[in-house]
Amino acid sequence: MAELDTSGGGHKKGPGVKKGKKLSTRVDLTPMVDLGFLLITFFIFTTTMSQPTAMKLLLPDDKVKPDEQNKAKESGALTILMGADNHIYYYEGQLKSDASNFLSASYNGENSIRDVILKKKAYVRSISTDPNDPEHDLVVVIKPGQNCTYKNVIDILDEMSINVVKKFALVDVFDIEQQLIDKSDATATPSSN
Amino acid sequence: MGRAKLPRKSTTIDMTAMCDVAFLLLSFFILTTKFKPSEAIAVTTPSSVSSKVAPNKDFVLVTIDKDGKVFLTIDDKQKRELVANSMNTTKNLGIDVAKFKAASFIGSSFSGLNSFLSISEENRKGDQLPGIPCKDTANNELTVWMQAVNEAYAGSKMDLLLKGDNLSKYPSFKGVLTAFKKNNIQKFQMVTNPENAPAGSELYKRSMSGEKQEN
Repeated sequence: MAELDTSGGGHKKGPGVKKGKKLSTRVDLTPMVDLGFLLITFFIFTTTMSQPTAMKLLLPDDKVKPDEQNKAKESGALTILMGADNHIYYYEGQLKSDASNFLSASYNGENSIRDVILKKKAYVRSISTDPNDPEHDLVVVIKPGQNCTYKNVIDILDEMSINVVKKFALVDVFDIEQQLIDKSDATATPSSN
Repeated sequence: MGRAKLPRKSTTIDMTAMCDVAFLLLSFFILTTKFKPSEAIAVTTPSSVSSKVAPNKDFVLVTIDKDGKVFLTIDDKQKRELVANSMNTTKNLGIDVAKFKAASFIGSSFSGLNSFLSISEENRKGDQLPGIPCKDTANNELTVWMQAVNEAYAGSKMDLLLKGDNLSKYPSFKGVLTAFKKNNIQKFQMVTNPENAPAGSELYKRSMSGEKQEN
């Protein structure tokens, strides 16, 4: 391919050189060009490629009196609880006293929380009486447990964005819910995220 | 009828020109590449589908590392001075204002602040520092810091960012949120890695149909 010809043909003999045996040195420049392009691609890819993005979060105003806040209709409420080790649980409406509606889901794969949210959304749309805003009654309450990670919280907030859930709230768990979470965490198999 | 003599021409192409162009391009990219400053606090942020780019100037950043330690970074040096002065007057901490202004981030409790500032810039590594205490609701020092920051930014827009590590536990996050709520800070943004909307989801369908995202 690329070559440098340093044989230098045709110039006068140096003084006193008996036998000017000029060896032709052909330097192959292919590796150098390869390296050059490799370095170029490296620098192309490292010049500010992916800038970190920002996810907005609006906190509810604590001062607003509870009765002035919109009351969540039980039929449209979905509560998501996060436990340790990437465990996630949910229940619809109010938590029954025997905790029979306390169910578990996963972040990815089968029975994912996304499926749960989508099912709830479809249900709310089907029983809605308002044609202009069929998802008006859908409220998702996100309750992170004491041992869940920041990533879990961000993932669920992301799910709100992905599934276009307009009303959601980030609140603390009740003690009884924390106990339920701890109990279920202990018996459940460790799951991945 | 002569012998069909195909004149053989030499096919070696002189590649020096391409080599020159390659090195020119390389030099261009070397000179225009900006390396990200190595962070003293190592944080792996989660990814999200948000498409808004995080501001990298004039922001106030609260960082939560994987052990739940909280650090505060104020980008604007004038505001740092204002915060240091207000902390000195309200809490009587006796902070060295010049050192505070030069510090790229704050990561200790009020009592340890002067010793924190005396450690040299290179030695301030996130894993060795105690961070600002905020898990205890009775003693949430971050509330006081945010109050000073709020005052410093009174009248102008404050870009508040929260950068948490994937593995940090919820109590530290809650401490930070409590500090914000107590100071009536409703709006803030969380720094995440970019991610595409999952195929088939509603967000994906909306972005495909070209609907404007109000994110």
